[in-house]
Amino acid sequence: MVVPLGAYLTVAAIVLVIGIFGIFINRKNVIVILMSVELILLAVNLNLVAFSAALQDLAGQVMAMFVLTVAAAEAAIGLAILVVYFRNRGSIEVEDVTLMKG
Amino acid sequence: MNWALALPEIVLALCGMAILLLGVLRRGDTTALCGWAVLAAFVLAAALVATGADGHAYHDMFIVDAFARFAKLLILTGAALACLLAMDWNRREGIARFEFPVLALFATVGMMLMVSASSFMSLYLGLELQSLSLYVMAAFARDDVRSSEAGLKYFVLGALASGLLLYGISLVYGFSGGLDFAGVAQAVASPELASPGFIVGVMFVVVGLAFKISAVPFHMWAPDVYQGAPTPVTAFFGTAPKVAAMALLLRVLGVPFVHVPWIPVVMLMSIGSMLLGSFGAIAQTNIKRLMAYSSIGHVGYALIGLAAGTVDGVRGVLIYLVTYVFMNIGSFAVIAAMRRRGRAVENIVDLAGLGRTDPGLALALAVFMFSMAGIPPLAGFFGKLYVFLAAVQRGQWTLAVIGVLTSVIGAVYYLRVIKVMYFDAPGEPFEARATATSVLVFGCALFTALFFLFPSAIVASADAAARSLF
Repeated sequence: MVVPLGAYLTVAAIVLVIGIFGIFINRKNVIVILMSVELILLAVNLNLVAFSAALQDLAGQVMAMFVLTVAAAEAAIGLAILVVYFRNRGSIEVEDVTLMKG
Repeated sequence: MNWALALPEIVLALCGMAILLLGVLRRGDTTALCGWAVLAAFVLAAALVATGADGHAYHDMFIVDAFARFAKLLILTGAALACLLAMDWNRREGIARFEFPVLALFATVGMMLMVSASSFMSLYLGLELQSLSLYVMAAFARDDVRSSEAGLKYFVLGALASGLLLYGISLVYGFSGGLDFAGVAQAVASPELASPGFIVGVMFVVVGLAFKISAVPFHMWAPDVYQGAPTPVTAFFGTAPKVAAMALLLRVLGVPFVHVPWIPVVMLMSIGSMLLGSFGAIAQTNIKRLMAYSSIGHVGYALIGLAAGTVDGVRGVLIYLVTYVFMNIGSFAVIAAMRRRGRAVENIVDLAGLGRTDPGLALALAVFMFSMAGIPPLAGFFGKLYVFLAAVQRGQWTLAVIGVLTSVIGAVYYLRVIKVMYFDAPGEPFEARATATSVLVFGCALFTALFFLFPSAIVASADAAARSLF
């Protein structure tokens, strides 16, 4: 059975929406935000690979490799910043990230 | 394949790695040495950019034209000036580490790749190299809770923006069949050929880039990040990355998406940014936050030129960016000079009576504020003049009229700073500042004040740069 392109795109779109909502609705924990960012990148990779297969064009898969690499670097930096923040503030609750406002 | 076209980027990246090794391996304090080495690398890269040839390289993923060269020189200038400002500031704040200039250097390599990108793959890699370095720089004062909060906010929203941009790229790729700019433009050679999926992709890409230039409605990170990040980092954020992202937006909308009707979207972002920039700033008490709203407003003015979508419009944007870089670095150099008893102060009321305690500094800040308000004959006036002219030539009167009105409203808070400096009772004078800070303050003030004497050279090169984009 061949899975149609539209099915992949739908799944990717759903994952993207979950990721975006994970960032904006989430009121608990910054770690969840980092996970949501990864979800968004996962959606992108699904899209790229599905399009790459449908178009018979390798560029999409090469791009997906780059996205994977950058996502790893991004997660490392995000966690490092989070550790620095936790040392200073003693909390990683989203509601506490409000020192500056206005 | 002409790999030598990327020589400035290659040399700069190699210098960055060498300086990093130098900082790690050499005994003793290498901060100042690395700082000067990075400045030398910037000068070397600028010389290579200025003398390099035009053309495509790396399977059309990389392009060098007059536009890229212009933007790269401006980026290198902004980055070098911000690094110069950072040296003394970091030492006084006790955050002097050799990684700082190296991070700025890698961010600059990323920005240079961005403006030279001619495929969505190189665009994304350049953008991420820049963003990842900037996230760390925002949180560089790692014992300061506000700096780490700025870093966290910038990271979360920046990563979201990159994700949305990337999702847009994936849709554009899927519905046009290629990643390189020329191929996309060819596949969608008229508005009728743009499928709904393609349009959605374009929207996501524009949203992602609008985040990076902090245009309304994707500006919400700017005030917090500007306020929390160390002052030289804020000066850096306000100049080089803005130039790079704006140049990238110009190229992306001008080359691959040239047949997509994006002008109304840019107009809306422009109007929103101008309004929010001028109204949001009025109630601010922190001068770095004020500068953040001011930068949102300036992005709005620059977008007027983009909305015109003509050679004159792009030329206006480029001239605007030149004047903006110098005004911004100068203003932040003044802010960096605001120190009392070993601590940085950054409220507008701390400037009270500066006209009497330090007339030179006050005069320089007054020049920057008048220039940002767009008062002739200062540099900021010319920036606004060229974008408004382009809008009027295209018959976009709405944009021009709103631009002029918001300039007048914006003048309120710029003039308030001047009023505080000259008419309020003086407080304790600021600490003696470093020579480099004085050089930056007065150098940028002279550039801003005397821009009207030599606009033709900059206008001519901006014109050539704008023409190469079309």
